[in-house]
Amino acid sequence: MQELLQYFFSGITNGAIYAIIALGFSMLYNATGLINFAQGEFVMLGALGLITFWRGLQLPLPIAFICSVAGVSIVGLLLERLAIRSVRKPHPIVLIIITVGASILLRGVGMLEWGKDAYSAPSFSRHSSFELAGATLLPQTLWILGSLLLIVIGLQFFYKRTLTGKAMQACAISKRAASLLGIPSERMVLLAFALSAAMGGVGGILIAPITMSSYDMGTMLGLKGFCAAMLGGLGSSWGSIVGGLVLGILEAFGVGFVSSSLKDAIAFILLLLILYVRPAGIFGVKAVQRF
Amino acid sequence: MRYGRSVLMTTCVALALIVSGISAPVCWSEEPYKIGGIFSITGRTSFLGDPEKRSLEMVVDDINKKGGIDGHKLEAVIYDSEGDPTKAVLAANKLISKDGVLAVIGPSLTPTTLAIVPIFEKAKIPLISCAAGIKITEPVKPYVFKTAQSDVLAVKTVYNYMKSKNIKKVGILSVENAFGESGKEQLLKQAPDFGIEVVQSETFGAKDTDMTPQLTKIRSVKPDAIVCWGTNPGPAVVAKNVKQMNLDIPLYQSHGVASPKFIELAGEAANGNLLPTGKILVAQQLPDSDPQKQVLLDYISQFEKLNNMPVSGFGGYAYDAMHILAKALEGSGGDREKIREGIEKVSGYTGVTGTFNFTPEDHNGLGSDAFVMVEIENGKWKLLGE
Repeated sequence: MQELLQYFFSGITNGAIYAIIALGFSMLYNATGLINFAQGEFVMLGALGLITFWRGLQLPLPIAFICSVAGVSIVGLLLERLAIRSVRKPHPIVLIIITVGASILLRGVGMLEWGKDAYSAPSFSRHSSFELAGATLLPQTLWILGSLLLIVIGLQFFYKRTLTGKAMQACAISKRAASLLGIPSERMVLLAFALSAAMGGVGGILIAPITMSSYDMGTMLGLKGFCAAMLGGLGSSWGSIVGGLVLGILEAFGVGFVSSSLKDAIAFILLLLILYVRPAGIFGVKAVQRF
Repeated sequence: MRYGRSVLMTTCVALALIVSGISAPVCWSEEPYKIGGIFSITGRTSFLGDPEKRSLEMVVDDINKKGGIDGHKLEAVIYDSEGDPTKAVLAANKLISKDGVLAVIGPSLTPTTLAIVPIFEKAKIPLISCAAGIKITEPVKPYVFKTAQSDVLAVKTVYNYMKSKNIKKVGILSVENAFGESGKEQLLKQAPDFGIEVVQSETFGAKDTDMTPQLTKIRSVKPDAIVCWGTNPGPAVVAKNVKQMNLDIPLYQSHGVASPKFIELAGEAANGNLLPTGKILVAQQLPDSDPQKQVLLDYISQFEKLNNMPVSGFGGYAYDAMHILAKALEGSGGDREKIREGIEKVSGYTGVTGTFNFTPEDHNGLGSDAFVMVEIENGKWKLLGE
């Protein structure tokens, strides 16, 4: 029982991170129909950015948080402005490959800027771990879950209650019709890139205290986030969250009850299964467009 | 501007050549002895190759200042393998066919060494590797030697210490790469010799962010100690997780994390961790009776003065290799077969890594005194008694 609870805590911690990354994938997919494979690198930039601003420059945590999120969003903006928009024939497959290229570039820049060493950050709050029925719960887990909740509420509000959010959804449904109605669709795409990059950055900042951050941490996290987004249904916020948490918990239980060498395989087995059985994901309504 | 700089550079080089020509103290009567070096000087594993190259050059300069070997000046030709086996093979072929070296020191890694071993066996040229893998010298190959401690000794040191602490049951947590696999193999193999039972063996990915599930599983079988075998950053995460879970079980680490980086990464969680390491980390704390103490202190002060960077244990592998090779070169007259036999006869040489006693059956020559157990206390290494 005690073990079960411990696996569960570990699972939701990682799952919540996957969910935040998946939300970034979903948001961009919603607005542009694109899958951004540089999402994992935004996570890396967020984590290393936090370490630079918080540990390096000794800024207070909230300011360091804002600075790194802003920094990552600017990278997202630049990616859209310089690499995506300037493509002459913006076929989705071309754009997706560009994002793969961008991820390699960002990893390289990260390596040059921060070197190949790993860095660690202390927990946000100095509180020691909580004991719960023999299992330990980290304060950082609560930070992560709380942030996830805030992000979801914020997104729901943005999509349902604000004109910009509605305009972004309109662009996703039909870019042409939206621009005929006077919606500046290009600006919406730009905004979507910035927001999804910021989401990746937040994921990185939250995970920095519980693990070690290095220039190549993003690849695996990005892939796991992608699995979570596919699992829940690309484009659905709730789907991303459920997908992320399910993936995290299954991984933890897989390690606990089967074998620790299976950990990474679980995500990809799930991805294959879901693509066979229900390509739209758990919460997806429309079939995923295949390129 | 660019033109101006190149002229300046050329002038500098020319001046340097002239100056060095003038100040050469010894007049060499004999042909120089050419020694090859292959190290991972750049790339991911430059933390190994860079100090090795610097240490090798340091020893070569020392020997030349003292008049060389039997009147022969030593000349080191060093190539960078970048940690890539293909580049190591290219460098090895170049050293043998173009430079015509008498013997080669390096490479820094087990994969790069294993890639070039057949070349040296075929060319009958002695190779002294600075890599740790046990496969390099086991089974013994006539022309291949190594100076780095292998994990067999590290495991032996850990288990010896555990035995003295009356630890009977251990849980293993190893990283999924060559280092972790090899360590795990040794941990499982040697456990019965020390009356230790491995009750649980788990692995983690080199980039994993959370090892709580593995540790939970290990905790459930109630071991007396946990051994984590990996290289940074994984073991630091393990140390953090153990602290967070309030596990009341001693955590042993491998020599793979014996660097200040581990203490930096794990922070407070590093305190209380126990690990085997080469003596260089705790040179100051060694008893004066330890024959290695003086060697280590000399090496550390010489290296730090010359290179203006903190010393690491890795440069010592090349330092020892060059000293051993120098002993073998004496009286060999530049004959490769005699050099090979000479290395096998080196015994009682006290180096940075340990005391070497080579024999035709043992091409590593180190005993378990090459490792000591240390505990991390308040972010510092503390030498533990036997």
